[in-house]
Amino acid sequence: MALSASALRDRAPRTAGTPLRPSGNLRRRMALSRALEAVATAAALFAVALLIDVAVTVITNGAPAISFAFLTQSANGLSGGGIANALLGTVVMVVFGAAIAIPVGILVGLFLTEVAGPRSRLAHLLEVVLDMLQGVPTVVVGIVVFGLIVVPQQKETGFAGAIALSIIMLPLIARASQQVLAVVPPSFRQAADALGVERWRTVIGVILPAAAGGILTGAILAVARAAGETAPLLLVDSLYHPNAIQLQPFGNGVPSVPMFIYTTYDLPSVSGITLAWGAALVLLTGILVANVGARLMLSRTRRRMGL
Amino acid sequence: MSSIGSIGSRLRDRAGAHSSLGDRVMYALCATGGLIAAAVIAEMIYQVVHGAGPAISRDGLAFVLHSRWNPFFNRFGGGQGLYGTLVSSAIALVLATPLGISIGLYLGVMASPRVRAVVGPLVEMLAAVPSVIVGFWGVIVLAPFVAHHVEPFLHGALGFIPIFGTPQTTGLSLFTAGLTLTLMVLPIIAALSRDLFLTVPRELTDGAAALGATRWEVIRGVVLPTTAAGVAAAVVLGLGRALGEAIAVLQVIGGGHGISRNLFLPSDALAPRIAQEFLSPEGQEIPALFYLALILLVIELVISVVARRIAGRFSVHRTVTT
Amino acid sequence: MSAHGGELAGERAPEVAARLRLHGQPVAGAGDRRLDAEPARETVFEIRDVAVHYGSSQALGWTTLDIHRHEVTAVIGPSGCGKSTFLRSLNRMNDTIPNFRLEGEVLYRGHDLYAPATNRVEVRRRIGMVFQKPNPFPKSIYDNVAWAPRNLGMRAGLDERVERALRHAALWDEVKDRLKQSALGLSGGQQQRLCIARAIAIEPDVLLLDEPASALDPIATASIEELMHTLKHRYTLVIVTHNMQQAARVADRTAFFALDLSGSQRVGTLIEYAPTRTLFTNPSDPRTRDYITGQFG
Repeated sequence: MALSASALRDRAPRTAGTPLRPSGNLRRRMALSRALEAVATAAALFAVALLIDVAVTVITNGAPAISFAFLTQSANGLSGGGIANALLGTVVMVVFGAAIAIPVGILVGLFLTEVAGPRSRLAHLLEVVLDMLQGVPTVVVGIVVFGLIVVPQQKETGFAGAIALSIIMLPLIARASQQVLAVVPPSFRQAADALGVERWRTVIGVILPAAAGGILTGAILAVARAAGETAPLLLVDSLYHPNAIQLQPFGNGVPSVPMFIYTTYDLPSVSGITLAWGAALVLLTGILVANVGARLMLSRTRRRMGL
Repeated sequence: MSSIGSIGSRLRDRAGAHSSLGDRVMYALCATGGLIAAAVIAEMIYQVVHGAGPAISRDGLAFVLHSRWNPFFNRFGGGQGLYGTLVSSAIALVLATPLGISIGLYLGVMASPRVRAVVGPLVEMLAAVPSVIVGFWGVIVLAPFVAHHVEPFLHGALGFIPIFGTPQTTGLSLFTAGLTLTLMVLPIIAALSRDLFLTVPRELTDGAAALGATRWEVIRGVVLPTTAAGVAAAVVLGLGRALGEAIAVLQVIGGGHGISRNLFLPSDALAPRIAQEFLSPEGQEIPALFYLALILLVIELVISVVARRIAGRFSVHRTVTT
Repeated sequence: MSAHGGELAGERAPEVAARLRLHGQPVAGAGDRRLDAEPARETVFEIRDVAVHYGSSQALGWTTLDIHRHEVTAVIGPSGCGKSTFLRSLNRMNDTIPNFRLEGEVLYRGHDLYAPATNRVEVRRRIGMVFQKPNPFPKSIYDNVAWAPRNLGMRAGLDERVERALRHAALWDEVKDRLKQSALGLSGGQQQRLCIARAIAIEPDVLLLDEPASALDPIATASIEELMHTLKHRYTLVIVTHNMQQAARVADRTAFFALDLSGSQRVGTLIEYAPTRTLFTNPSDPRTRDYITGQFG
């Protein structure tokens, strides 16, 4: 020991016996800390207040439009009507898009976790691709689908809209699947491997069922995101009969709720604005309910997987 | 193409002599999924470059900075849109970065788990509100408020700075577009930075607290420095979101032409112009719109690579909830 | 159980405690006489009927004991017996754990640590802590030590303060040429001594050590133990350890905690508290005897 004990022996710190109230510069430091904590708390409250303000605006403006007829009748120009055809059109396109994006997304998730392995170069590359896909603005997705489908067909169609929505959903579902698959307990795989079960049987029989809840959560959130997209539809599915139900996306333009909101709002009439808000209320309600439901489901899955 | 080759070799490793037919089918299917994702990106680049072809061969790179947009005289340039996009996104970033990090700190460091479990999803739900609804909220609530209170106040107090010029009565302006984008970027930065702050090891924050540090000192001394790279990536991802937004910005930016230093004047931006002009394109406009999309795509691809690069050891990417 | 603990604490023999340095080095010079003239009877902590709950489960049973100035007090016992909970209650490190609740009183030099007027930050500024796993900040060696003094506004003579702290932690000679390099490049033992240097740089009154050597190799452990012998002349030390030999080597007094399995819950309980030599050579509780002779835990 380089240091002699006597060098260490010293008086107790000046503060030793005094009450445990702030000493030295602590009063000022506490004030600074509390002030900044208050700022952070206020920022969080501000964000929640923003959400509430948006929701209240939509509710107060949209509630007068809501009626049974509003949900069950098709649009009827300036004279009122409802959003039944737009609602059905959105459902058709979203379901169609999800039917493509969910299986492909799950396959990408499986590729990242089961085939390539989390640390491999290939997985890294694919993650870069997913990052890029998610970063592409939805209006660019629209213009790409315009060039890919609308131009060759010489026609705006619900099919083109559904493809655009599936491109938007794909990276979301792939990422969500990857995250859930990555936390399936390795013991599940090892147990199956130890029994000499083929990997694909393990994946279908054990891993996917274990991750199903989480993947479904991701899929619902992705669908909710896609259902509210306007920009790509503006480019590839904006020409449709506004007052008719159209459930056949191939070769036909299909109406949608976001496009209904966007176009009705521009109509030169007060009732048009109310209809647009009514549609916004329906859309927002659906999206927020899907969000809450998906989150509740996720926490249930987490508990079941013991996370 | 090397990626396809390595997929092949990887599959041979995995699906080697021991693998059954079923396993090989599964690996091939999964690889197909990955290839589809990669093909979509490749197709995007091809479509946008192909569609912009006529405009590229006519105007070349000069298009990017040329600021006139006149379909009747076939004069197109991306300069004005680029200006509007960059300025509105900059406003959003300047506001949303400190706010978002503050919210992240509140949720990740300060709030109890119970509060976090409620407030966190509420903040994320802000990101789930469709842009068309955010845009209407911007027109109905935000723009009048900005026109009557914020812009006159800023003009009065800071009018000597050219960017705070004379306001319009509508409130539809580059500034309002920036505020609207703030709302859309805020939950991204908040949620991603919260997730980062939650990864700071307990030992480090405890160690700092045991040295008689206040909460703010723990944050400034330990939490922020250890996550700085990830937070920077989160901010860049937020920027990516702001740069690409079309509908909400279209609704509140006012559709002005020309470049002005005054933020309180109507303006235009890349993504909203694509969305709007596509409703009724004139003559040679479509290739020019593809050119705008190309500019946006290049910016966004660069951003996703940059975000990944600066994130370093952190895995920061937007998720299905942001 | 509280009465039992209190009784034992009351039996303290100050002269024995002051002189009981099992492996302590002979202290040279005039200082020795001063030590002798001033037996370490002064009480730093009076722990009165303290119980700790996490939600509905109780982690620590009713505990009463006194901790004396300029002594090393060791807390031993099998894992899960509430040792760390007890230690972390002494500088309010448990406060941030959800549903933490403390009953009873912890008096530090006569002041209630858990009184409403007590400032938690001030508590930790005076009662420092070193953790089980070395936790240097991802900063330079210098900045690790200088960080807390800077916060506290001790900017004058900062270089000297850093050097002094590193010397007192017996680390100076090893790091003086690379103060600007990252602390994460140090070995585990060096990191832990850096954490000690970091803690003493702000001149606390008490140093709590939570199994400070459990993650270290024997040589690093020996250097930490040696350090404790010198540090106790200036600070009051409380060390949690699961290593009985370590307690016997470094501590003046030892508290033995064990799980009380009599109730429905497994509650950590103080079994015996005595001068270290007494506890190890002549324990009064059969459970202590069983533990130190290796029959359980």
